[in-house]
Amino acid sequence: MTALAEAVLAGNRRALSRLLTHIENENPIAAEAVAALFPHTGQAHRIGITGAPGTGKSTLVAALAAGYRQRGQTVAVLAVDPTSPFTGGAVLGDRIRMGALAGDKGVFVRSVATRGNLGGITRSTRQLMHVLDAAGYDRVIVETVGAGQSEVEVVDMAHTTVVVEAPGLGDSVQAIKAGILEIADVLVINKADLPGAVQTRRALQQMLELGHPTKTMTSGHHGPLMQSQTPAPTDTELWLPPLLETVSPQSQGIDELIDALDRHREYLQTSGLGQQHQQQVAADDFFDVLKETLFAEFLSHLPSDTLAQTLTDIQARKISPKEAVDHVLHEYQAQQ
Amino acid sequence: MRTSPIRVLIAKPGLDGHDRGAKVIARALRDAGIEVIYTGLRQTPAMIAEASLQEDVDVVGLSILSGAHMTIVPNVRQALDDNNLQDVPIVIGGIIPEDDQPDLNALGVRGIFGPGTHTDDIAAFIRDLVEDRGARSDTL
Repeated sequence: MTALAEAVLAGNRRALSRLLTHIENENPIAAEAVAALFPHTGQAHRIGITGAPGTGKSTLVAALAAGYRQRGQTVAVLAVDPTSPFTGGAVLGDRIRMGALAGDKGVFVRSVATRGNLGGITRSTRQLMHVLDAAGYDRVIVETVGAGQSEVEVVDMAHTTVVVEAPGLGDSVQAIKAGILEIADVLVINKADLPGAVQTRRALQQMLELGHPTKTMTSGHHGPLMQSQTPAPTDTELWLPPLLETVSPQSQGIDELIDALDRHREYLQTSGLGQQHQQQVAADDFFDVLKETLFAEFLSHLPSDTLAQTLTDIQARKISPKEAVDHVLHEYQAQQ
Repeated sequence: MRTSPIRVLIAKPGLDGHDRGAKVIARALRDAGIEVIYTGLRQTPAMIAEASLQEDVDVVGLSILSGAHMTIVPNVRQALDDNNLQDVPIVIGGIIPEDDQPDLNALGVRGIFGPGTHTDDIAAFIRDLVEDRGARSDTL
């Protein structure tokens, strides 16, 4: 057990904060600490909050965290904002909405920049969640960047995914498109006091009624498609995403949202889907790390002049990228 | 040369509502490749210290236009120290009379930037400040 991991388990918040930094920076010291903490994970309810920019995700998360605190649960929040693709810099502004949580040691908020990842979260999010889970927070909430239609990566690492909508963003055709609405375990119309909330509710309600929930049977964004081990749930056991309305600054609807999140967690446990989700998460986790590690390992064995020559050949259209990879792979295997 | 992004907290302590300067700085540092955690208006010293702890920032930047810097800055420094963040430097921007600057420096303020400062200079100053501190300690 590393000193850093021990300090995190002992509740040292500075150690926790520093470990999160090491993970983000892909510092080798992080891997050891995460490995030591991994057996302590699995207790937290991991919740993903996603939705378009400006739907009020941060304010909703603040209200949600406050609601959990009233129920005596501790909360960690990872608030993700985009990194500039041009400069590598970022303005992380989600904390602005969370001022009311200040001074409460039962809440830990960390702003995270995407650092080039495009799925709405960061490459290191999974590990950051493991650490916050091991640190003993009862709820670990990930707020994604303002998502468009297909930034759905968060679903791979959250037990429960909340999609936040706001009035005036789209009609009933938007509502039947594939993508972000499909991943919702709970749908929230935030800013429900604004004009147009009724129409938004109608469009989303219709979408929910048209659709027959079929998620979870085959999925796998990272690894090969995995067939589920558990039998498919019967119709009566299917989870129908509840459609809730909230007005975050007044905490209106937050109690109902927390109840819905708790119900979903219970559903995951009783239906066996939670077990299946765990298998999926474990597989994704493994394939992610495998990909990264193999890539680094392979690159470290590729002579830099070979690499440069290969890239030049591809640029000159002498060889296709696929042929080039086959070639270098073949040479690598010959060496072994 | 450090490759991981520098993280800077930008906060506006006190009660004045003029946050344009803080936003200009946040944007300029972003464009200089820095990760800026922008906490907005009316931050108390305790809030600033807590945010600095949770965000593990390299530098705390305060924007103060109210004239209350001689009250606010010592309190922020104290709050940081109370949270075991003695090694996190403070830089400030705003309307800071020259007469006060030696006192602020004595309090451990590392940089003071008044109106007219080029934003590139601020980014370069912060970069140097962080480089001087060297790599973050590998444990705590």
